[in-house]
Amino acid sequence: MSTATTHDAHHDHPTGLKRWLFTTNHKDIGTLYLWFSFIMLLIGGAMAMLIRAELFEPGLQFFEPQFFNTLTTMHGLIMVFGAIMPGMVGLANWMIPMMIGAPDMALPRMNNWSFWILPFAATLLVSTLFMKGGGPAFGWTFYAPLSTTFAPESTDFFIFSVHMLGFSSIMGAINIIATVLNMRAPGMTLMKMPLFVWTWFITAFLLIAVMPVLAGAVTMMLTDRHFGTSFFSAAGGGDPVLFQHVFWFFGHPEVYIMILPAFGVISQIIPTFARKKLFGYSSMVYATASIAFLSFLVWAHHMFTTGMPVAGELYFMYATTLISVPTAVKVFNWTATMWRGSLTFETPMLWAVAFVFLFTIGGFSGLMLGVAPADMQYQDTYFVVAHFHYVLVTGALFAIIAAVYYWLPKWTGHMYDERLGKIHFWWSAISVNVLFFPQHFLGLAGMPRRIPDYSLQFADWNMISSLGGFAFGTAQLLFLYIVIKTIRGGQQATDQVWEGAEGLEWTVPSPAPYHTFETAPEVK
Amino acid sequence: MFAKKLRRALCGLWGAVILLGAGNTFAGFEQLNMTPGVTDISHRVYDLHMLIFKICVVICVGVFAVLIYSIIKHRKSKGAKPASFHESTTVEIIWTTIPFLILVGMAIPATKTLLALEDTRDADMSIQITGYQWKWKYDYLGEGISFFSTLATPRDEIENKAAKGENYLAEVDNPIVVPINKKIRFLITSNDVIHSWWVPALGWKQDAVPGFVNDAWAEVKEPGTYRGRCAELCGKDHGFMPIVLVAKTEEDYKAWVADQKAGAAAAEAASTQTLTKDELMQKGEQVYDKICAACHQAGGVGIPGVFPALKGSKIATGDRAAHLNIVLHGKTGTAMQAFGEQLNAVDLAAVITFERNAFGNNTGDVVQPSDIAAAK
Repeated sequence: MSTATTHDAHHDHPTGLKRWLFTTNHKDIGTLYLWFSFIMLLIGGAMAMLIRAELFEPGLQFFEPQFFNTLTTMHGLIMVFGAIMPGMVGLANWMIPMMIGAPDMALPRMNNWSFWILPFAATLLVSTLFMKGGGPAFGWTFYAPLSTTFAPESTDFFIFSVHMLGFSSIMGAINIIATVLNMRAPGMTLMKMPLFVWTWFITAFLLIAVMPVLAGAVTMMLTDRHFGTSFFSAAGGGDPVLFQHVFWFFGHPEVYIMILPAFGVISQIIPTFARKKLFGYSSMVYATASIAFLSFLVWAHHMFTTGMPVAGELYFMYATTLISVPTAVKVFNWTATMWRGSLTFETPMLWAVAFVFLFTIGGFSGLMLGVAPADMQYQDTYFVVAHFHYVLVTGALFAIIAAVYYWLPKWTGHMYDERLGKIHFWWSAISVNVLFFPQHFLGLAGMPRRIPDYSLQFADWNMISSLGGFAFGTAQLLFLYIVIKTIRGGQQATDQVWEGAEGLEWTVPSPAPYHTFETAPEVK
Repeated sequence: MFAKKLRRALCGLWGAVILLGAGNTFAGFEQLNMTPGVTDISHRVYDLHMLIFKICVVICVGVFAVLIYSIIKHRKSKGAKPASFHESTTVEIIWTTIPFLILVGMAIPATKTLLALEDTRDADMSIQITGYQWKWKYDYLGEGISFFSTLATPRDEIENKAAKGENYLAEVDNPIVVPINKKIRFLITSNDVIHSWWVPALGWKQDAVPGFVNDAWAEVKEPGTYRGRCAELCGKDHGFMPIVLVAKTEEDYKAWVADQKAGAAAAEAASTQTLTKDELMQKGEQVYDKICAACHQAGGVGIPGVFPALKGSKIATGDRAAHLNIVLHGKTGTAMQAFGEQLNAVDLAAVITFERNAFGNNTGDVVQPSDIAAAK
């Protein structure tokens, strides 16, 4: 934290590589996170293109099944841990201090470290592709014993990489909690905080609670692989299903870690472009907290077919479907915010409205999956793949893209090219549905997930899905172009940027100066 | 006017989709929904699925209608002025309570179906299903019938060197055969990793977990052939271990049981015969291609770091007893299974002879069925 009374005059302000390596500035670190996230999105996306190319037609065209499994595994891991989570943390770093009137994050040096672990962890993970025996090929859920006894040697590197990713996330989460609790400007009470800050504050608690559980799961894998333990092997008194319980105790809150900040982003954008206050602010906060709380109690709905006792299945079915109540409240609140507003549809609003529509579809398929007897059919099919891509791509990813368009003028001082932004939106919104909607049909017709080749009755919809996939993938290159173009120049953005924008971040100049709120603002 | 245009546009789009479908040789656009299946349970699961689906569609249409109305009417460009309301406890309570009540309404039929689906008591017969990388084994408990079921689709079809048959990747050498109108209990387990046994027409899937036995049941109403697949990622050939279930009438089933028993006796008798090296090599190649090549690959080259090569390997060119031992008993902690219980003595003798003489491993060794019996 700066103790300077004047502007950064006495700071030595390194440039070039040193600036980025040693930075403790929340804006620099936010930028690093966002670029890292984008690079990972492109790598994970390239893998998705390869997967869709192999699935374009029946028969093995390009890859051996083992490498295909590696592709699906790495695609999942990279998108979850490399693209979505760091993307959200990047937004948090940039925006939370500016939204609560703080000069920086509470723990700036730790902030630097949280970020710089990531490129090393990701490199370690991706390097497994080039190791003897190939990369991890057991799915991003890495179920034992496929990931223990039957896994390639590179699995140990994967385990180490997950540990490093976990450190990074936990430190990031501690930083956010410390910042929100200690650094708010005078008058910024908890119940005045913007919803993006609220959702991240709650998400940070989820991270601290479950990342150690993930670390536990991979550590148990490691000792099962090399130190003679049998946590996940029945032959030594263990249980392979225990792995799934531990994994999903992490994994279910994890899906809310990815979506709650997205809820926050949407709750910022919709009121701005509706020129109307968010409907039901406090119910939004309570709904977020209830979702977070319930997320700890429903993990085994991923495991209805593992042979749980029927009482367990009933409990997890009831608890799971219950989550749809607070989630529905959120959708109703966004709808009510738009109702009788004065709407305009600049690019961020387009992405936000698409989020509300498409996330709702993903939410409903989630409700269907929660109904245990029906899940006996849906489980492990493309229906599940369609569901979680609707909530993660048209949910979390769309929210990140919306946030980038929304705050890019504040970050760069330039307006993005509105015409290109709209092309990017319509191209993505149409192709993403061509990509994922037919996967519902495939799953219901009986196509399992994670297969490199399929029977002929699945051919047609796979081809359509692949075509949509290629179109959606290409659209994101346009996004890269738009962002670079905006950084390099463009119409000067005003301080407020958007006519209906409210909040502290819009009171500072555009681009936001290197240090903001060195003197705390007064919030009334 | 607008509606007419929209309808025409949609028809055009649909036509384009159908044309695209007609352009290739495959089918499948009509496959949009879950199968109602051929058991009571599968019908109930299907009905439940349709019920939740319809509820979701109705709510979706309601919410989307409000959103779309608002998007069209409440635009700034149409002169809309923002209203000032931003909270209402009454409204929040109403739209928390209504979804909750809908959920309770859904939970009732769901609970009933689940309880019926999990009730495996009072079965007429039991079949044990064991998942292996990458095949299924069926044991008819009390009947002494036991066999493996593996993919029957030729390699050339998978590698696009031959035209794909109608049941591409959905055909096996030995289907599981069950009688109709009998409550059959399936005891499901695994020999290596987790698999999941799934025939959609029965209405459920059940994971096969190594070291644990899960159960499920079905009572098939109609004779017929029902196809399914392994649903849990189980390694390299997860996509290549289909399931074919044939339901027969009581009489046909009894005839099938008698056939199986006669076949088993003939195989038993064959295990004492002596074969020539050529016969063993020829038979061994078939067994190798079907069973061993999945991991050790064609030509015995293996996959470096995952599956060891047999070409020039210490085991295949070294001590004969060690080779017999690893094939018969497997290697703990690896993907190498104990084939002593999977293959008969003739197949084992043939494949070991093949491995010791093919791929340039010219050891000249011959292994006879009697050697297998001795090594067991």
